[in-house]
Amino acid sequence: MENNFKSPIGKIAYSVFAWIVGLAIFFPILWMALTSFKSEIDAVNMPPLFFDFNWTLENYTGILEQSNYFKFAMNSIILSFGSTIIGLVFAVTCAWAMAFNPTKRTKDTLLWMLSTKMMPPVGVLVPIYLVFRDWGLLDSRFGLIMVLFLMNLPIMVWMLYTYFKEIPKDILEAARMDGATLPKEIFFVLLPMAVPGIASTMLLNIILAWNEAFWTLNLTTSDAAPLTAFIASYSSPEGLFWAKLSAASTLAVAPILVVGWFSQKQLVRGLTFGAVK
Amino acid sequence: MSTRASTLAGRIMSAPSIIALFLWMIVPLGMTIYFSFLRYNLLSPGMEEWIGFVNYKFFLTDHAFFASLANTLILVGSVLVITVIGGILIGLMLDQAIFGRGILRILVISPFFIMPTVNALVWKNLLMNPVSGFFAWISMSLGLEPIDWFTKAPLTAIIIMVAWQWLPFATLILLTALQSLDRDQKEAAQMDGAGPIAIFFYITLPHLSRAITVVILIETIFLLTVFAEIFVTTGGGPGLATTNIAFLVYTQALLQYDVGGASAGGIVAVILANIVAIFLVRLIGKNLDA
Repeated sequence: MENNFKSPIGKIAYSVFAWIVGLAIFFPILWMALTSFKSEIDAVNMPPLFFDFNWTLENYTGILEQSNYFKFAMNSIILSFGSTIIGLVFAVTCAWAMAFNPTKRTKDTLLWMLSTKMMPPVGVLVPIYLVFRDWGLLDSRFGLIMVLFLMNLPIMVWMLYTYFKEIPKDILEAARMDGATLPKEIFFVLLPMAVPGIASTMLLNIILAWNEAFWTLNLTTSDAAPLTAFIASYSSPEGLFWAKLSAASTLAVAPILVVGWFSQKQLVRGLTFGAVK
Repeated sequence: MSTRASTLAGRIMSAPSIIALFLWMIVPLGMTIYFSFLRYNLLSPGMEEWIGFVNYKFFLTDHAFFASLANTLILVGSVLVITVIGGILIGLMLDQAIFGRGILRILVISPFFIMPTVNALVWKNLLMNPVSGFFAWISMSLGLEPIDWFTKAPLTAIIIMVAWQWLPFATLILLTALQSLDRDQKEAAQMDGAGPIAIFFYITLPHLSRAITVVILIETIFLLTVFAEIFVTTGGGPGLATTNIAFLVYTQALLQYDVGGASAGGIVAVILANIVAIFLVRLIGKNLDA
């Protein structure tokens, strides 16, 4: 942080300006949250009502009682946590191997993994859809967990690899000298030291899986549909209740927004594969 | 200390991920390539036959392809310009000493965490609705006619909502890069009498070049496949006005059941994305040696 301001007035004026810009960017989210507390009539009022309306929780109670919100939310939780946990098991072992036992091909393998992430989903939509149909995996949580897990696996391996690289090798070698077996080495030496890295990898992947919309919209109908699909159902004409839509939307994004705030720094590392520091 | 045992263990430990990703890549991609050479419609099962490049010929000569290619390029290009320029400006803004900078930063980053379906519906209904949306009120307050976004300027509407969603990403990456800028260099330039504009163009911008490249490449890969925003707002219309290649392939596959044609389209999308990916992988590969 640098201090360019010669006078406090300058700093205040600049801060006010920055806050106006920041609030303008945040405005759609704020507006959604405000609308969720309005009655349907207040929600479409012209001119728009900012804070001087009758605040109500009826949209929230309505959504929680009448729709299957909890079913969709549960699916979102199962899908994002399930795919992240499976992903961690695969990625931790793989990143461990690559960081501590690199071979000549490790670098190429990492780049190849990254390249699988570059494949646009539409390129493989048809076969995945047909395989899912034939194996009875359409609208199944298991099938979608697999897709989300594979989709995010390269990011997880990359993130964990960059974290593991920063752990001094000597410590693992010392443990090995002291007779630690491989599982002991991983579970009692490596993992405790890598907890912050693993936690941020986990958070980023939960965010990515929670918000994923291409596969969830195309591979689910009702049983396995997460909140992305629940919200999409509001795009039909009979679903156009703005206050209810806003309440449902707020419920769908609130948990992950909070997770996102905590993991914004890791986002840079995870999504640029460490190319920007 | 790589012993033979640990190397072997390393191979065994990395194998599951490598095999899983290899299958995930090669099996569906191989099937897509195979299907793209077949006449294959889900409505007439058992009638599949090998037809060579006919699907590609149809896909690539269809006016829908040119319309969606143009839409894809306009969408990607516009969003890149908006987010990179906006990201630099907002990054510079947040790099200053501001009251409540931490909170402000969180507000600015937030759109990235909002799921695309929510983004799209909030923009479409609460903001861009021509009768009682927020923008309509602004227009009317200024004595202007409200804009009927999804009828008159549907692609612009999609561009705005996608740019809003990706602006935080560009901001965050560029801000991170800005914070690693060597202050001494700037101070030395100031001593030599360089103004803020000269400092920006001769010091800051060159320093940001790598981050800008990364933002452009990664956003391009995601923006080529924008889907949910179109799915829940315009459905690709009116006409083909907002159909991009991702959406065109989706309509061919799951609405028209033309597996062969959709597969050919999918392969075209893969080729487009790979042209971008080659540059990205090279850029990141260089970083691995450091």
